[in-house]
Amino acid sequence: MNAPREDRRCLAFLVLAVVPLAGCGGSQNALAPESHQARDIATLFWWMMGGAWVGLGLVVGLLLWSWKRRNRRGFGRDVEGDKPGEKRSWYAVVVLGIVMPIAVISTLFVVSDLFVIKTTQAPASTTTKLTVQVIGHQWWWEVRYPGTTAVTANELHIPARTPVRVEVKTADVIHSFWVPELNRKIDTIPGRSNVVELDADQVGRYRGQCAEFCGLQHAHMAMYVFVDEPSAFRRWLAQQEKPVEAPSSALAERGARLFLDGPCSSCHAIRGTDADGYVGPDLTHVASRATLGALTVSNTPDDLRQWILHSQQAKPGNQMPDFNASGARLDALVAFLEGLK
Amino acid sequence: MTAVTHDEVHAGPAPPPTGWRRLLAPGWLRVPWMTALFFGIGAGITVLVRWLEGWDPIWKGSVITTVELTAVPFGFLAGIGGFDYWMRYAAGSPTRPEDHSGHGARSWRDYFRINTDHKVIGIQYLVTTIFFFVAAGLLAMLMRAELARPGMQFVDNQTFNGLFSVHAALMIFLFVIPAFAGIGNYVIPLMIGAPDMAFPRLNALSFWLLPIAGFMMLGSFLAPGGAFASGWTGYAPLASTHQPIGSVFFNMGVQWAGASSIMTALNFLVTIITMRAPGMSFWRMPLLVWANFTTSLLVVIATPFIAGSQFFVMFDHVMHTHFFDYQAGGYPLGYQHIFWFYSHPAVYIMMLPGFGIASEVISVMSRKPIFGYRLMALSLLAILVLGFSVWAHHMFVAGMAPWLRVPMMVTSMVIAVPTGIKVFSWLATLWDGRIHFDTPMLFALGFVSMFVIGGLSGIYLAAVPIDIHTSDTYFVVAHIHYVLFGGSLFTIFAGIYFWFPKMTGRMYDERLGKLHFWLTFIGFNLTFFPMHWLGIQGMPRRVADYVPRFADLNMFISLASFGLGASTLVFVYNMVKSWRFGPAAAANPWRSLTLEWQVSSPPPIFNFDEIPQVVGNPYEYGVPDARHAVFNGDRQVELEEVPTR
Repeated sequence: MNAPREDRRCLAFLVLAVVPLAGCGGSQNALAPESHQARDIATLFWWMMGGAWVGLGLVVGLLLWSWKRRNRRGFGRDVEGDKPGEKRSWYAVVVLGIVMPIAVISTLFVVSDLFVIKTTQAPASTTTKLTVQVIGHQWWWEVRYPGTTAVTANELHIPARTPVRVEVKTADVIHSFWVPELNRKIDTIPGRSNVVELDADQVGRYRGQCAEFCGLQHAHMAMYVFVDEPSAFRRWLAQQEKPVEAPSSALAERGARLFLDGPCSSCHAIRGTDADGYVGPDLTHVASRATLGALTVSNTPDDLRQWILHSQQAKPGNQMPDFNASGARLDALVAFLEGLK
Repeated sequence: MTAVTHDEVHAGPAPPPTGWRRLLAPGWLRVPWMTALFFGIGAGITVLVRWLEGWDPIWKGSVITTVELTAVPFGFLAGIGGFDYWMRYAAGSPTRPEDHSGHGARSWRDYFRINTDHKVIGIQYLVTTIFFFVAAGLLAMLMRAELARPGMQFVDNQTFNGLFSVHAALMIFLFVIPAFAGIGNYVIPLMIGAPDMAFPRLNALSFWLLPIAGFMMLGSFLAPGGAFASGWTGYAPLASTHQPIGSVFFNMGVQWAGASSIMTALNFLVTIITMRAPGMSFWRMPLLVWANFTTSLLVVIATPFIAGSQFFVMFDHVMHTHFFDYQAGGYPLGYQHIFWFYSHPAVYIMMLPGFGIASEVISVMSRKPIFGYRLMALSLLAILVLGFSVWAHHMFVAGMAPWLRVPMMVTSMVIAVPTGIKVFSWLATLWDGRIHFDTPMLFALGFVSMFVIGGLSGIYLAAVPIDIHTSDTYFVVAHIHYVLFGGSLFTIFAGIYFWFPKMTGRMYDERLGKLHFWLTFIGFNLTFFPMHWLGIQGMPRRVADYVPRFADLNMFISLASFGLGASTLVFVYNMVKSWRFGPAAAANPWRSLTLEWQVSSPPPIFNFDEIPQVVGNPYEYGVPDARHAVFNGDRQVELEEVPTR
C-alpha cells in the first residue's frame, strides 16, 4: 500500500492550502489510486497542482511587489520621452502572458492528450477477458455479466489485475458511473452504451457514486466495487449464476409464497421462481449483498425488515412503496429473503 | 416652407388623470386588473379550445401553467405601461415624443414605474439584482445548513435539489448578468458622451422583464411538487420527463430573462456604434465600453440557443414532443450541445464586463495609463471568438465522439493566452503606479488574484484526463465560484463602489467598504477553497447527503459560508446608509479622465449640458497635459487646469 506517500501529499496540500482538511485517505478518493489509469491521472493532477501554485505565486507576488513599490515614484509626473518601466512591462506581458501560457498548455496538451488519455480510453471489446454491463436506474445500479445469467445490483465484483470492460447504460435519465480510485467517470446516456475499463491492482472494496445529477435521490445512488482474487471471483460468479434453491424452512416457504403472490414479484425478479418483475433490483441472491437501496442502509435482517416496512423513510421517493405487513408475515418474508444467499 | 412644430402632429403632455381614469393610466393601479384580464384571456382560450376539442380534463394544470406563465407577464407589462407608446403609435393615435414625463427620477416613486432614463434604469437594475442576490444567497445558506452534517436534517431531498437549482438560476440570470447590464446601463451612455441609450423605451421594457423572470423562478417553490429541481443545467431527459410542474417556471423564467438580456444587448450595440461623442473613435473608448460591446455581441449570438433548449425541454415536458426522448428518435446529447453552446459563452457574458470594470478601476487608482490598451481590447474580441468554440469541454464525460475532445481541449486551453495578456497587463499597470487602496481598488485587486485561481482550475478542467475525474464534483463547484464569485461578483462590487458617488451623489462609508472587502475576501476563500479538495476526494456535487468522512470539511465550509453571508449585511447597510445620509460627493472624486466624471454627481437629466469633444485616450493618467475630452465652452480654461493633481 502507498498510504504513507498519500499522507505526505495530504500534508503538503494542507500546508499549501492553509485550511483544515479532513478525509485524507479512505475510500472514493481520486488521489488514492488503485489502478494504473487512476494513478496516471493522479500524477498529472499533482504536477498541475505544482504548476498552478507557481502561477498563482507569480501573480500574487507581482501584486504584492507592486504594492511595496507603490510610493516609489509617481508615474509619468513631468516625465519626458520613454515612460519608465514601459519596456520591461512589455517583456513581462509578452513572456508571462503569451509565451508562458502557450508553452505550458502545449506541454500539458501533449502529456494529457497523447499519453494519459490513452490509458483512460475505452477498450475495444476484444481486448478484455470480461465484460460487465452496468445499467443506471433512478436510483440504483443494475449489474449484469453477459454470457452468464448472473444479475445483481449496487455491487460490482471484478477480478484483480484483470482488465474489465464495463459497458454503462441507463434505463431512464443520465447517470454517471464513477469509481474514483479505479478510473475516470463516464455518463450513461439514454439509447447508447458507453464503455470504461476497470483494472484494479489490489483486492479490496471501492466506493463508487453516481456523479451526474439524476433527480430526487441522486445523493443516495452509490455502489461498491469488490475486487477479488480471480479464483474467488469465479466462485462468486458461479454462485450468482445459480437460480434459487427451495426455501429451507417452513417460515421461509411461507415468505416465498407471500413474495410471489403479493406485490413484491410485480417489480422484482427471482430467478428460479415465477417472479420476473424488472422495475426493481433482481433479488435472486439478495442476501449476499452488503447493502440495500444503493448503499442507503446495510443489509442485516433488521435493516431489511425496516426497509420493507419504511423504505420511503430511508430513501424518500424511491420506486418501492412502503409495504404494510403484519409481524408474522414480515417475519416470513424476511426469513425467505435472508435465505437467498 | 412652414416649419411643422411638434404640437401639430403630436399631442402635448397628457394631463394627469383623475378619479376612475387613474385606473386606465399606466402604473400600479392598472397592473392588477390588466394582469387579471390577461390571466382570464389565457385561461379562457385554453379552456375553450380544450372544451371544443373534447379533451379531458378541460382544466389541465401543466397546460394552464405554461399558458399563464406567458400571458400573465404580458398583462403585467401592459399594465405598468411597457407597450403604451408602441400601441398608440401602431394604432395611429397621437404620440408624445417630446413629453419627458417618463424620464428621470424626481422622487423614489419614479423608480417604481416605466422610466426611460438610462440612469434610473441602471439603478433599477442594480437594486433589483441585489435583491435577488440576497435571496439566492439565503438559498445557499439553507443548502450549507443542510450540508453541515451528513444525513438529512433540515430539508428533504426534493427541497434541497430545488435550493441548488434556484440558487444557481437566480445568481446567473437574475444577478450576475443583469447586474453588469445595470452598471453598463448607467455608465456606458455617460462614458461615450451620449444623452441616453439608443432605445430608451426598449430599455425600460427590458428592465421590467427581469423582476418577472426572478419572481417566476422564486415562485416555483410554491408550485405543486416543489421548485424545479434538475439543476440550472436542466439536462434532458431528467428535466423534460421526470420533473414537477415547477420546472416550467424555470423554462419560462429563462425566456423572460433571456429576452431582457438580448434587448439590452441590442440597445448597447446600437448605442455604442451610433451614439459616441464627436472624436470618440473605437480606439478611444474606455475598456468598459469595449467590454460591454463584446459582451453584447456574445449575448445576441448565444442567448437564442438557451432559449431554444429550454423551449424544447418545455415542449417535451408539457406537449409530449420528443426532442430528447431517444425511444421516439430524440437525441439526449443534443440538449447538452445546444445548452452549452449558450452556457459556455455565458461564462464570458458574466466575466467580460468585469474585465472592463477592473481595467477602469485599476488604471484610475494606480494613476497610470492602462497597460497595453489595444491588446486589452483585442483580447476581449479574441475571447469572444474562442468562447464559441469550447462548449463541448463540458461534455468530456458524456461519451461523445472521442475526436471531439481534441479541438475542444485545444481551444479551451488557448483561452489562457488572451486571459494571460489581460492579467499581466493589469499587473503592468500597477507596476510603478501610485496605488490608492480605496474599496473599489481592493475589490479589483481581489478579483485579479481570485480570478487567477479560477483560471488555473479552469486549465485543470480543460485537460481531459483531469476533467473526466473532477467534472460534476465539488472541484467544479469551487472552480465556478472562483470565476463567478471571485471574478464577477468582486468586479460588480468594485463597480458599485466606484460609481456609487456618481449614481447617488453621495459618498459611501470607506471604512465599512474596506470591512466589507476583507470579510468577503476571507470568507470567500475559507468557503470555496476547501471545495477543491472535497471534489478531488470524490464528493459529487448536487448531493444532499454524503459519506461521513467528508463531514469535518463540510462543517468547516458551512461555518465559513455563514460568515461570508453575513458580510453582505455590511454591504447592504453601507449602501442604504450612505445613499440616505452619506456626505455629498464631488463630481470627480477619483480624479478620473473618462466622460462620466466630467459631469455633476448625479449627472443632469440628459447627461451633458453640452456635447463633449473627445480629443485623446481615456487613460492618460500622469501624462502631462493629457485630456480625454473637452467641452466647447471652456476649452481654454480647462486645458490650463489639467486634473492630474
